[in-house]
Amino acid sequence: MFDILYHSLATGVVTTDYPKTPAQTSRQSRGRPEIDAPNWKDARAAVAACPTGALSCTDGPETRRVTLDLGKCTFCGFCAEADPAIRMSNVCELAARHKAELTTTIQYQLAPDGTHQALLSPPRAAADPRPAALDAVGAQLKARIAKVLGRSLHIREVDAGSCNGCEVEIAGLNSPVYDLERFGLHFVASPRHADMLLVTGPVSRNMELALRKTYEAMPAPRLVVAVGACGCSGGIFGTNYASLGGVDKVIPVDVYVPGCPPNPYALLHGILTAIDRG
Amino acid sequence: MNALPELQPILASLTERFGAQIQPMQIPRPNEVYFQGKMELVPGFCALLYKEWGARLASLFADDARAQTGDFHLYYVFALDAAHGFLILRVPVPPSQPRFVSLTNALPALNWQEREIQDLFGLKLEGHPNARPCALHDDWPAVHPLRKDFALRTVLPPFAGERHKFRVVEGEGVFQVPVGPVHAGIIEPGHFLFSVAGESVLYLQIRLFYTHKGTEKLFENLPLAHGVALAESISGDSAFAHATAFCHAIERAAGVEAPPRARAMRSICLELERIYNHIGDIGAIATDVAFVVANAHAMRLKEQVLRLNEQLAGNRLLRGLAAPGGVRSDWNTAQVEALRQRVAWLRPEFESLVALIRESSSTRDRLETTGILRPETARDLGIVGLAGRASGFAHDLRRDFPHAAYADVTFTVPVFQEGDVLRRLQVRVDEVRQSFSIIEQLTSALPSGAIRASLPVLPPDVVALGYVEGWRGEIFHWIRTAPDGRLARCKIKDPSLQNWPALSEAIQDNIIPDFPVINKSFNLSYSGTDR
Repeated sequence: MFDILYHSLATGVVTTDYPKTPAQTSRQSRGRPEIDAPNWKDARAAVAACPTGALSCTDGPETRRVTLDLGKCTFCGFCAEADPAIRMSNVCELAARHKAELTTTIQYQLAPDGTHQALLSPPRAAADPRPAALDAVGAQLKARIAKVLGRSLHIREVDAGSCNGCEVEIAGLNSPVYDLERFGLHFVASPRHADMLLVTGPVSRNMELALRKTYEAMPAPRLVVAVGACGCSGGIFGTNYASLGGVDKVIPVDVYVPGCPPNPYALLHGILTAIDRG
Repeated sequence: MNALPELQPILASLTERFGAQIQPMQIPRPNEVYFQGKMELVPGFCALLYKEWGARLASLFADDARAQTGDFHLYYVFALDAAHGFLILRVPVPPSQPRFVSLTNALPALNWQEREIQDLFGLKLEGHPNARPCALHDDWPAVHPLRKDFALRTVLPPFAGERHKFRVVEGEGVFQVPVGPVHAGIIEPGHFLFSVAGESVLYLQIRLFYTHKGTEKLFENLPLAHGVALAESISGDSAFAHATAFCHAIERAAGVEAPPRARAMRSICLELERIYNHIGDIGAIATDVAFVVANAHAMRLKEQVLRLNEQLAGNRLLRGLAAPGGVRSDWNTAQVEALRQRVAWLRPEFESLVALIRESSSTRDRLETTGILRPETARDLGIVGLAGRASGFAHDLRRDFPHAAYADVTFTVPVFQEGDVLRRLQVRVDEVRQSFSIIEQLTSALPSGAIRASLPVLPPDVVALGYVEGWRGEIFHWIRTAPDGRLARCKIKDPSLQNWPALSEAIQDNIIPDFPVINKSFNLSYSGTDR
């Protein structure tokens, strides 16, 4: 008994005070790829190197549109290896309320040999496709939900087909280092007790029904956070005979958290974004 | 090429016994020998290898080679631990008679693997005691996804949710407790149906493959370079081990070995993966018997290992470091120094965690004699890895089939006979200590030089078995190459697939409240099993 107490006292406080202090990721950590758009000469090598299609390009007769979708990106760094115009930053807090916010497009004028000439439009997040009025109603609703749920939120985690990498990091939120409970957030055992569903994916065909039922078992209002490249978009699995792709193919999603897997800071940022405390 | 000298007497005895019935062998690598024989031969082949040479069936899988030879092929992979080699029997199955004979009654270890072949290749099992589908759940249409004429992106009708018919367990006072697929904790999905009389569990039925996501089929559709990224997503907590097994298979197919520095870095990362998972499990086992303080300390230590991983690989789960031919990026002296210092810091911290648990008599009381997996049962089920070692099964690919840099270090393999939760915990404790020592040995004399060998373009139809002892147990990746630098087949064998049935045995006569701790003591990967 005294040993246990001594051990704990001797250890002291190990909890981070994130988000007051910024995320402490190492310099080597791979986060959002940064593209040197004005000096990029040819997207094709990086596009070919990308295993998930996060980086893609479509060529018109004289222009090329390059798209970077963080919802598909696993931060593997293959693109940066293939092309010196891309650098992997260690920025990990990338959660977004709308999938479109995860996508950046760049337009180039195309040279006859397939390389880029002039930069036509600099990197730009895709426009939100929904009408403004609807957005305003949505924002009001979100604010009310945040008010109801914001101070104490119960979270149910559902693995809808993940590789368990995301689970390793989500389980880490309960560690004394990240200590989710200091925000009034905690994991509960049943969807009936939950305000938020934290879903990892891709949603497998064999889990579709279970995910739907879990969502339906939750009392309203309810929030859904899609976790990881697979939860956001299907990731490297995409859609196939056994995988339906991202979580939003099955249930409505409020916040997307990119990463493969998202580290605990990215997860906290995503959860806090969903309740407007990010 | 000649087979290893240790394999020669075994090959001679097979030739003597079966003569012309087994076709001339192919020896692509000294420790990997292929035979071809008819289906009728398999039981006798198995019996001879098991009884006279102490072999075990490490993997059984199928391959659709109709385009190449006109047949499906079954591959029976025997591991001969003492002779340090693999004997692989290839059995052609003509498409006109798509069936094969089950060996599950004699070798229960094959149960799930045989059923999976039936599901994914449409080869009908004969004589299997329980030939129900496993990988494809009940209301899947009649498709066989790993056949070549089935397209990866096939769109199937929506899942209607037909109920699975479990076996009925009857008797006075017997009732059923269904659990899952969505569990109470932060874990993967699977369904457990307990049949209980009073408090004791009579029978546990496990239904998995909820996370089946077409991984093996996807390998056939990706360029090799992207295959490594997919291998990292087979089981996230074993990302590095799976990716390395995949790279190992490619290197063996190409006849190329990773440079010494890369091999040392691989072993270090495999041990870091072992350390963070074992420490996490030690804490989780403590939590499941309500010793939460120990878990808090374990999580604190695990976090420090994950942060070290991030410094070494750019990713906390060691993703993005493995590469065919070696590793993708080198470590500078600062990174090696960070590794050395972190391990030096971890050693005493880990020992005080172990002491904390050891000195808690109530914890020990809950763990000892709980969830016993008897050595004979473990042997019948072919249990591998740490669960096998806790039940008297002393094999470890790091020692018996040295890969990465394991030939250059000394370490011991802990083995216990009792097979209870306490021993599975103790195996982890001992292995973490060995891992510290392995890392110290490797960092004190880290080879310099290249980190990646260049690989030639692989010709089609080369077969190779890659292997790695991951923290759960042995991981195999078997590949057959296709033209254009792609794969015609990638068979993944995660130790979890082999070990799941052990849980049904270990829970018998225990109470349901002890199920979480028994389950955690195995900590099997659902995704690695389901793929």
